Amino acid sequence: MNDPLMEHDQLGSRRSFLLNTGMGLGATALATLVPQPAAAANFRLKGKPKAKRVIFLFMAGAPSQVDLFDYKPDLHKLFKTELPKSVSQGQRVTAMTRGKQQLVAPTMFKFAQKGKNGVWMSELLPRLSGLADDLCLVHSFNTNAINHDPGKTAFCTGAEVPGRPSMGSWLSYGLGTLNKDLPDFVVMPSAFWSGRVNVQALYARLWGSSFLPSKHQGTPFQTVGDPVLFLSNPKGINAQVRRRMLDTLGELNRKHLSEIKDPEIQTTIAQQEMAFRMQSSVPELTDISKEPKKVVAMYGPEVNKTGSYARNCLLARRMIERDVRFVQLFHRGWDHHSRLPDNMRGQCRDVDQPTAALLKDLKSRGLLEDTLVVCVGEFGRTVYGQGNITRTNYGRDHHPRCFSGWLAGGGIKGGMHYGKTDDFSYNVAENPVHVRDLHATMLHLLGVNHSRLTFPFQGLDQKLTGVEKARVIKEIIS
Amino acid sequence: MKHLMVVFFGVVLLLGNASTTFCQSVSFSRDIFPILSDRCFACHGPDADKREAKLRLDRTGGEDGAYRTHKKSTAIEPGSLVESELWYRVTTDDVEEVMPPPEANKKPLTEEEKSLIKSWIEGGATYEKFWAFVPARKSAPPQVKNPQWSNQPIDLYVLAKLEAAGLKPSKEADKRTLIRRVSFDLTGLPPTRDEVKAFLSDTSPEAYEALVHRLLAKKQYGEHFARYWLDLVRFADTNGMHKDFYRNMIAYRDWVIRSFNDNLGYDDFLKYQLAGDLYPQATNDQLVASGFNRLHLIIDRGTALPEESFYKNVVDRVTAVGTTFMGMTVQCASCHDHKYDPLTRKDFYSMFAFFNNIDAAPETSGRPRDGLQPPFVSLGTPQQKRALEQLNNQVAKSDQALKELKKKVDQEKDPAKKKTLAGQHKAATASHNNLKKKRDTLDREIPKAMVMKERKEVRPTHIMKRGQYDDPGEPVTRNTPEFLPALKKTGKVATRMDLAQWFVDRNNPLTARVAVNRFWQQFFGTGLVKTAEDLGAQGEVPSHPGLLNHLTVSFMDSGWDIKALMKEIVMSKTYRQSSLATTQEFTQDSENRLLSRGSRYRMDAEMIRDQILASSGLLVNTMYGKSVKPPQPDGLWKSVTMIGERFKADTGDAIHRRSLYTFWKRGMPPPQMTILNAPIRDACIARRERTNTSSQALLLLNESEYLKAARSLAQKALALKGADPGKRLEFVYETVTSKLPDEKETAILLNLTKSLQANYTEQPTLADELCSGLNLAGVKEKAHLAAWTVLVNALYNLDITKTRE
Repeated sequence: MNDPLMEHDQLGSRRSFLLNTGMGLGATALATLVPQPAAAANFRLKGKPKAKRVIFLFMAGAPSQVDLFDYKPDLHKLFKTELPKSVSQGQRVTAMTRGKQQLVAPTMFKFAQKGKNGVWMSELLPRLSGLADDLCLVHSFNTNAINHDPGKTAFCTGAEVPGRPSMGSWLSYGLGTLNKDLPDFVVMPSAFWSGRVNVQALYARLWGSSFLPSKHQGTPFQTVGDPVLFLSNPKGINAQVRRRMLDTLGELNRKHLSEIKDPEIQTTIAQQEMAFRMQSSVPELTDISKEPKKVVAMYGPEVNKTGSYARNCLLARRMIERDVRFVQLFHRGWDHHSRLPDNMRGQCRDVDQPTAALLKDLKSRGLLEDTLVVCVGEFGRTVYGQGNITRTNYGRDHHPRCFSGWLAGGGIKGGMHYGKTDDFSYNVAENPVHVRDLHATMLHLLGVNHSRLTFPFQGLDQKLTGVEKARVIKEIIS
Repeated sequence: MKHLMVVFFGVVLLLGNASTTFCQSVSFSRDIFPILSDRCFACHGPDADKREAKLRLDRTGGEDGAYRTHKKSTAIEPGSLVESELWYRVTTDDVEEVMPPPEANKKPLTEEEKSLIKSWIEGGATYEKFWAFVPARKSAPPQVKNPQWSNQPIDLYVLAKLEAAGLKPSKEADKRTLIRRVSFDLTGLPPTRDEVKAFLSDTSPEAYEALVHRLLAKKQYGEHFARYWLDLVRFADTNGMHKDFYRNMIAYRDWVIRSFNDNLGYDDFLKYQLAGDLYPQATNDQLVASGFNRLHLIIDRGTALPEESFYKNVVDRVTAVGTTFMGMTVQCASCHDHKYDPLTRKDFYSMFAFFNNIDAAPETSGRPRDGLQPPFVSLGTPQQKRALEQLNNQVAKSDQALKELKKKVDQEKDPAKKKTLAGQHKAATASHNNLKKKRDTLDREIPKAMVMKERKEVRPTHIMKRGQYDDPGEPVTRNTPEFLPALKKTGKVATRMDLAQWFVDRNNPLTARVAVNRFWQQFFGTGLVKTAEDLGAQGEVPSHPGLLNHLTVSFMDSGWDIKALMKEIVMSKTYRQSSLATTQEFTQDSENRLLSRGSRYRMDAEMIRDQILASSGLLVNTMYGKSVKPPQPDGLWKSVTMIGERFKADTGDAIHRRSLYTFWKRGMPPPQMTILNAPIRDACIARRERTNTSSQALLLLNESEYLKAARSLAQKALALKGADPGKRLEFVYETVTSKLPDEKETAILLNLTKSLQANYTEQPTLADELCSGLNLAGVKEKAHLAAWTVLVNALYNLDITKTRE
């Protein structure tokens, strides 16, 4: 059999022809040689983007929409009755509740209408309720994953199967950096939380860059030791010594650049200088001692503990102020298969005041206008209970078919809710919002056409929203 | 464009190839296929479900082929632009009709691409079979203008290309660069000063070849090559999901190292991994190697649905086979026919059928004891096995005796005697427990390996609709993809061994090509096909197709001899070129695809760390065994774990072993590695990304173990008897970079030590901190060591130190 490529290789390729004619290995020739990122295609939407930055508050473990946002007062009458089969429709469940009776467990918490438009919210979130006019509650989120690991991976990377870049790395790749002394994408997992059950693991892939260049990966801020890994000079080296050493290092690297000519050496020099600048910009960022007492107090008492959700909220604001593009908080401890009411009270105490403070703080500085804040878990929880169900004690299993979350700030209409679920908070009844729709909407607010922000890998123009059609939820955009 | 074509004619004629016309010099495989694949196949390709207008452009024949006429319009009429609807569609301004349609978000065709399509249609629109699916055939190396440069086949292919581009190869790298380069490339470690000296003083023409032989024979060769392989097969020390429990695949890792060192043929290397368990009287090595099929992520029981976990495991297993041995993204076809390659869903599930018959639970049971999930085998020595058997017998006997004694105690009526007997029973119980403990200790000491094991009865396999684990469609039987050579069955039902044999059959167009391309990548930074993980339709066409063919064929001819291939590559003049170039050359061909020089690129994380350990004298060369945990910053595991795990660093020799042995937790791999682009190991990676970031700068500047290594080398320099600062500097500089400092470098660096020494003398507590744990008397001595430590730290941060040149 003939080898198709071979024959032409003998002739000399088109590329070599261009070189022969004295054109040099210019852009035209290179384009055939090196696949250009599809980012070259125009993915930016026309007009000024509504949001410049994002704070993503990820409630890892999946909080119950039934107890927080999705108000179903009629369920009280159905206490411990079986969930109608017409509602569950043979939906697959987890291994934990498979084959068990599905008995309705109404929430024990009170709901009230908040804000100008009377949005229903649970008593568990008193301070956030006070900001109802700023929030857009979405009741119709849904996802395909029924377990935490794929659920979180899908939320953070757009696909259940590991191996895709995370949201923040897509943004860093697409939109570039807004500041020169700090990372584009910062991740802050809480170091502790109140829910004392089933604390699900986090994985580096949730903020990884996968096939995107790794400079776009999230930088996790540590709660122990250096906030950024290897930030501090080691013992025995102070700033003066480091500066002196970097001067020599730069001198030698520049000498080698002049001999070797590889521009990559230039990058090495630049990155070493950036590292040095980060040694002052990061501690300046994490030092909250100069914050006004009133502001710190707003975030609640926990703010004084490094690694608390409250501290991370305050740091998030400081990062947004310094134009970090994407800040993602992870608060774990929401996986309430049992003793949900107790655990829920603790978790809500962790997040309610700091989250409200963050929104107020951003607002008072005029930052909420162009900062999108999103708060959601990887899925929701079942209306039917798990374990022994009483009026005041119950657990709930994983529920991907519908769940609630909220958005605020950067281009989002406040004081509204979007999407409806059925009477059992089991299926979406109106206006479903899939995870990929949320991604598409977030990108849209940032001025990006989600179907055009792509990167070639494994033969596909890969994108955050994946291959299935994603919808920008225009109805919630101001 | 027009202008270009005119010139093109000129060149062709000048080359004296009078029979060549422009049209013929458009290559379908090189020029046309990539355009069709990228812009058209998503809707007009192999995927039947997504096909529009009953048209597929990946083939010519049939009702839907490219030459078909549908509703009076012919997609491609060979020789006629006017009658080819395709030509109209790609050139029209009508937004309703233009292809690709704007809503597809594909780049419109460029003028250059259009002109290629034009010439191709005019010239007859001939299709060719996709290059990577045609078996490689040997051909004579091309003629070159300057045959004096080299007569080695690799060089002839490279030179022909360079000459066609009007370029010349670079001169040979100097001996210091060369020994450094080849030592890193073959062993992952820098040469010692003595090795450099020996090489420099050996002026014989065979000096380089002798060096290559020495390196290929080193044990570190196998370790270095294993490391690339472990990325490819996603080797790790934890399960990678949910509770991310420990898993023990150590024996597999060690087998990979030994296989490379023993130069096991790549054919056997592949067969053992795919089907080692199916050899009659399989050896331990074959069984251990079959653990390849156990490297996938796996969840622990109790949260996911076992059926779903089972399905995911098999898909993961097949995906690994696709990336590792086929260089294809087969997993795309788990939900739909492949959009670009002729791989159907049926093909995927026919492959799936080879890997779904594992005799194992789909989820681990809680925390698997010693990280072992059945099936696994015990690898004890005959002595260990005998000893274990003896202990087992003893335990059984003692158990029996104990039971009898217990009976006696129970039956005894006399209180005094009963008391005595009870005392005896207590003592016997203690000694029984001791015996059991001894047995358990020995049992745990005996290495074990998770392996592949076939169930007796073959599981039925179905196409899973839309890739849903619970939605079976049409049943399928074990088979290989239809577009590749047919599978030869040895029995009624095809086996994994048949599949393994099919992979190493000479007619399999992919196996050797994919392997050779990856090996090439190790020596030049980029493969001949850059997309080493995907040689399919959407992969890149090779920069040197003839060379890739040559290497593929000679690799198989040699009996899949990996070391022979390595030798052929590093002995080539191409490999030995200097990496020096002009700024313009670096920017124009930053990845050195034309191979006009030696490649220059940043080394991998492991090489950088191992280099620091080796040059400072701290490296411990112990091979094999349990993974080790060198220190890492506090709190990293804690910040992600679900089961309260805390990272506890090892101490002693363990922390100075090669990075290959570092414990790899998928949920949180060691930051010293990931910051420098090591993958997480939750998916198969055929090529690493290479970036240059500020977090990398922070790591290399501030990592405390790296600083300790710097101090260790500084101590050695200061311990040199009767040496002046210049000599000491030469010692550290050469140890770290394999080069000697020139006058200017010497001046700059000695100046640094001088001013640092002043610094540290003024701030003795700072010097104390740097010298902590050492028994040094005076302030001056401490300041001296501190200054030299920072100097070595600077050397470890030089661009030339972390870069392979």
